Amino acid sequence: MALLQTQGLVAHYGDFQALFGVDIALNEAETVAIIGANGAGKTTLMRSIAGVLRNAAQAVTYDGTPIGAHPADEIMAQGVAMVPEGRKLFPSLSVEENLLIGTYGRKVEGHWNLNTVYDLFPILGERRHNPGTALSGGQQQMVAIGRALMSNPRVLLCDEISLGLAPVVIKDIYKAIPQIKAAGASMIVVEQDIAQAMAVADRVYCMMEGRVTLSGTPDTLSRDDIHNAYFGASH
Amino acid sequence: MIWVDTLLQGILLGGLYALFASGLSLVFGIMRLVNLAHGDLIVMAAYLILVLVTLLGLSPFVAVLTAMPVMFGIGWGLQKFLLNRTLEDDILPPLLVTFGLSIALQNALLEGFSADSQRLPTNALTTASVDVGPIALGVMPLLTFASAVLVIVGLNQLFYRTELGRAFRATSDDATTASLMGIKPANIFATATGIALVIVTIAALYLGLRANFDPNIGPARLIYAFEAVIIGGLGSLWGTLLGGIIIGVAQTVGAAINPEWQILAGHVAFLIVLLVRPRGLFPRAND
Amino acid sequence: MSYTVTTQTSASRVAAIAGAIGIVVLIALPFFAGRGTIQDMFFILTMLVLAQFWNLLAGYGGLVSIGQQAFVGMGAYAMFGVVILMGFDPVPSILLGGVAALIVAVPTAFFAFRLNGAYFAIGTWVIAEVVRLLVAQWKTLGGGTGTSLPRDATRDMWFVELIQDMLGVRSAAARDILAYWLALILALATIGGIYWLLRTRRGLALAAVRDNTEAAKSVGVDAGRMKWIVFLTSAFGTGLAGALIYMQKARISPDAAFSVTDWTAYVIFIVVIGGIGTIEGPILGVLVFFALQSLLADFGSWYLMTLGVLAIVIMLVAPRGLWGLVSERTGLHLFPIRRTLSGGKLTSSED
Repeated sequence: MALLQTQGLVAHYGDFQALFGVDIALNEAETVAIIGANGAGKTTLMRSIAGVLRNAAQAVTYDGTPIGAHPADEIMAQGVAMVPEGRKLFPSLSVEENLLIGTYGRKVEGHWNLNTVYDLFPILGERRHNPGTALSGGQQQMVAIGRALMSNPRVLLCDEISLGLAPVVIKDIYKAIPQIKAAGASMIVVEQDIAQAMAVADRVYCMMEGRVTLSGTPDTLSRDDIHNAYFGASH
Repeated sequence: MIWVDTLLQGILLGGLYALFASGLSLVFGIMRLVNLAHGDLIVMAAYLILVLVTLLGLSPFVAVLTAMPVMFGIGWGLQKFLLNRTLEDDILPPLLVTFGLSIALQNALLEGFSADSQRLPTNALTTASVDVGPIALGVMPLLTFASAVLVIVGLNQLFYRTELGRAFRATSDDATTASLMGIKPANIFATATGIALVIVTIAALYLGLRANFDPNIGPARLIYAFEAVIIGGLGSLWGTLLGGIIIGVAQTVGAAINPEWQILAGHVAFLIVLLVRPRGLFPRAND
Repeated sequence: MSYTVTTQTSASRVAAIAGAIGIVVLIALPFFAGRGTIQDMFFILTMLVLAQFWNLLAGYGGLVSIGQQAFVGMGAYAMFGVVILMGFDPVPSILLGGVAALIVAVPTAFFAFRLNGAYFAIGTWVIAEVVRLLVAQWKTLGGGTGTSLPRDATRDMWFVELIQDMLGVRSAAARDILAYWLALILALATIGGIYWLLRTRRGLALAAVRDNTEAAKSVGVDAGRMKWIVFLTSAFGTGLAGALIYMQKARISPDAAFSVTDWTAYVIFIVVIGGIGTIEGPILGVLVFFALQSLLADFGSWYLMTLGVLAIVIMLVAPRGLWGLVSERTGLHLFPIRRTLSGGKLTSSED
């Protein structure tokens, strides 16, 4: 049985329907990439899993329990952490405080703590007392990843972690992913950058207009398959 | 010399207003909520202390310690079950609900305690004064001011040195992202209002020890508190203390010129600051 | 094919006929009703005027004022001032009361518009307090204890003798009837004026500003100007009502004329209970308010406590008030503002 899965997940923003019955699964120790163009529903899917958007209870199952109707804070407490799109650092908090907020109200045990996060991203240790928002975009992204890791999640949801960053910076950030996997987290990575996604993923889902249009392992999917699933067959 | 005396009395009076204002400032800083029942909650706390003093024969200073957890619970419940439901983008619900609460609370107190004015029992200590050179300063006003400074130092420690303070600031920045970090914004808000009402209880102690109170004086306390918060700059606690001092000094100076001008002078000082510095003396950068 | 854009509904046509009959009855009321009824109706009508203007401010303009008592008190005191100091007749002096409130509203808006949302609310309250404290310094009008209208001014008031002769009543009753008719005129003019305002282009702009200031700006609505228009209009109307209320009372004091409970809290409760952001809401609200007051007035503070709790409950469970519930269930709009397009079927291409 999958560690985390969605079944017939739907989502609405007012009258606008953003997801039409999405089924995806994430197995233990696996990294799954979700690719798709802008507006395909990737971020909505992440927000639904993380509990920012509420669903029917059975729409999301984690570790055998339905969590679709749980609020975000409870889902986080059960071990599903998110690196939100746009990084969303807290401007009133320093780098270190941003990291510490990831452990709010709980004793967490596991590989990740301030020291190991600073080992992963040494620049954050140097700038630990700066306001989080005073950092460059890439460094802010590192803080956002570190903040999610601090809770030692079993599932890490990464939403568009390369968005708006220079290629060299993206490379730096993606270098951390094998270490995160090695420390035991299963991951869902949302990406618009197909090459980057293929490089880290065990399996790939492609989304278009609120539906999953393709899934498979990176080596079995052809360039054309992905192109069609990404942009629609008519292009 | 009389002017130095007036000035000092005014500064000390500012401590009382800062105590009125700190809770308002805290709640506004965290959830952008203005509680129009704030003044009536101060008066309610004063009656609670009075009841504890009369029924249990406690000293007011002991009674206030007993009242604090009660008021914390009331604030927590008020926020969790009533005010959290008004925190949307629309400004009408929080205003109208807290205004309704203000009127309901005032009249509940009238029903329970009548319109007669009350006072907490004073003793030799509370009526004593100390001589500083040629000027005599009351022990009560000094205690009030010291308490205001302590409350503000304490709140700053809480905000910048504790895990709860981090959660306060994070939730204030972005409640949705905070919930992704395992924080329950509804509980953070409830805790903040609980703490605000603990400060309200301290303010109520000095309100009741220094002067008479009755169920109708809440709105005026709300107005002084509000003026202090605006003068200081929204969300700045030290600014709030300075705002309280400005109102206090304006009132004592006004009263020294003509006793009927006391309250008016405070309001005029507020309007002048609003005219020259609409965002207050220490505005927060991201508001 | 021709199209007409209309805001009429069939319910509103029925309402217009019923309304016309109602107005005739209200005009004729003093011919068959007793003095107590006239006084009650005066109270209802003046509260309705205050409620309509507060609703214009808060419900349509998004400006929650807790300082309307400044304009009630200012209107009333200006009227007393010109009657006592300059020997004017009270009836035309009501207009001067409105003007005085308008004048006070200019600096009030100047200060209060520097504050947003909730702080605007308390800001207006502070300014009302300042006006009250200043007026209490006005020794020739009785200072803090207040004063009465001179006996000869009330006795020789315009129209009073005429009403005495026409209806065969005493001078005091004639003054109440005069006040009632003036209140009726004011209420009808207020409702008609606000309805007219909301149906003009300016009124549409107002709805746009309330719904979203930024978006309204982007389509060229000057939000700042609309706020001024709404605020000053409300102040003028509230001042007229204040002067009229105190013409009927004939006795004034700063604490009464600037009472936040009487002139703002009650008014807010009327609008919230009836339904904020509609013209019908305050009408329904004032009737509920009067009924509650008649039932519960003997219970003193319990009455206000009930009103406060009722306002909280309504705000939480039915934020559009009682009228909102009615029109949701029935689709009824007595003062329709929404425009409906009628005529032929809409097709994408027309020959």
